[in-house]
Amino acid sequence: MGELLSLYFAFFRIGGLTFGGGLAMLPMLKHELVQKKEWVTEEEILDYYAVGQCTPGIIAVNVATFVGYKKRGVIGGIFSTLGMVSPSLLIVSVLAFFLEQFLSNQVVAHAVGGIKVVVCALMLQTVVTMVKKTVKNILGAAVLLIAFLVSMFLPFPTVLIVVLAGIFGIILYKTGRYRE
Amino acid sequence: MIFLKLFIEFFKIGLFAIGGGPATIPFLMDIAERYDWYTVNDVTNMLAVSESTPGPIGINMATYAGFRAAGLPGGLVATLSLVLPSLIVICIIAKILDRFSKNMYVRSSFATIRPAVTGLIATAVFGIFRVAIFTTAEGKWQFPIYLVLLCAAFYGVMNIKKFKKLHPAVWILCGAVIGIIFKL
Repeated sequence: MGELLSLYFAFFRIGGLTFGGGLAMLPMLKHELVQKKEWVTEEEILDYYAVGQCTPGIIAVNVATFVGYKKRGVIGGIFSTLGMVSPSLLIVSVLAFFLEQFLSNQVVAHAVGGIKVVVCALMLQTVVTMVKKTVKNILGAAVLLIAFLVSMFLPFPTVLIVVLAGIFGIILYKTGRYRE
Repeated sequence: MIFLKLFIEFFKIGLFAIGGGPATIPFLMDIAERYDWYTVNDVTNMLAVSESTPGPIGINMATYAGFRAAGLPGGLVATLSLVLPSLIVICIIAKILDRFSKNMYVRSSFATIRPAVTGLIATAVFGIFRVAIFTTAEGKWQFPIYLVLLCAAFYGVMNIKKFKKLHPAVWILCGAVIGIIFKL
């Protein structure tokens, strides 16, 4: 039970302290799950994001379920998912009562504006460490660059980018160009 | 029975919306047209609220939509129904991946998927930055402030050892304070 509760509260913190949705959650996930708890590695989190992008549902929830499942099976997945959605349930329900005031409140708007800048900086930092971890050779660098450019400038479904990258990896393996 | 309808509608979103929170928007629009729970206009408000509150955007929108339909229990039912398909699908995939983690096809494909996902995340950073500039910065003088702050924050998190250990939430709090001071 202790571990289930610590799963619940770890994801409660992550869900309650992240602004900007699932991908913006990455720095927080890294801090809580990789550095503090050492439950998963950075590579595993990226794998979960990859699968989470290609499977139905909210990406953040998919990642939470993955981590929970890895720690404690199905029940672990349930506890982390509930932890992830609890802050939203609490906060949004309260706000829904006085929505108009909240949205038109200038202080809130400015605070959110400042938060977005910081979220960008934190995500940039995460991207830099991820590049160091995931790019092992020139081919990896090419894949990263292509994925970035295609997703940035073309209306190409994310799922397809992930699937094509995977197929490319298998081709590399089949042609003997893949090394561990 | 409104709760049963909420359950069915949001379960369907959870099952068919691939690509995370933003992918749920067309489904929410569709619901607005078929039920009188909320209007298409409300969906814009939902998005605004969801982006200014912590948590996954898709979850925030579901909670808000459910709340508009049937109060607090409505928000609860909508959110839980939305995540139920994920729970089922991901547990199955996690089980399969566990079994095939030594499989060379799985290993080699993930070796190239990882840099690709890193590229996708880099795109998301630009997306957030663009939204931050065009939706909140009203005056022209705010743009340079944005850039300077972003560079300062990035330099801080990258290079200053003491800062590296700080919880991201501390940074977010600082961002909020700076945003209020500079009226971003």
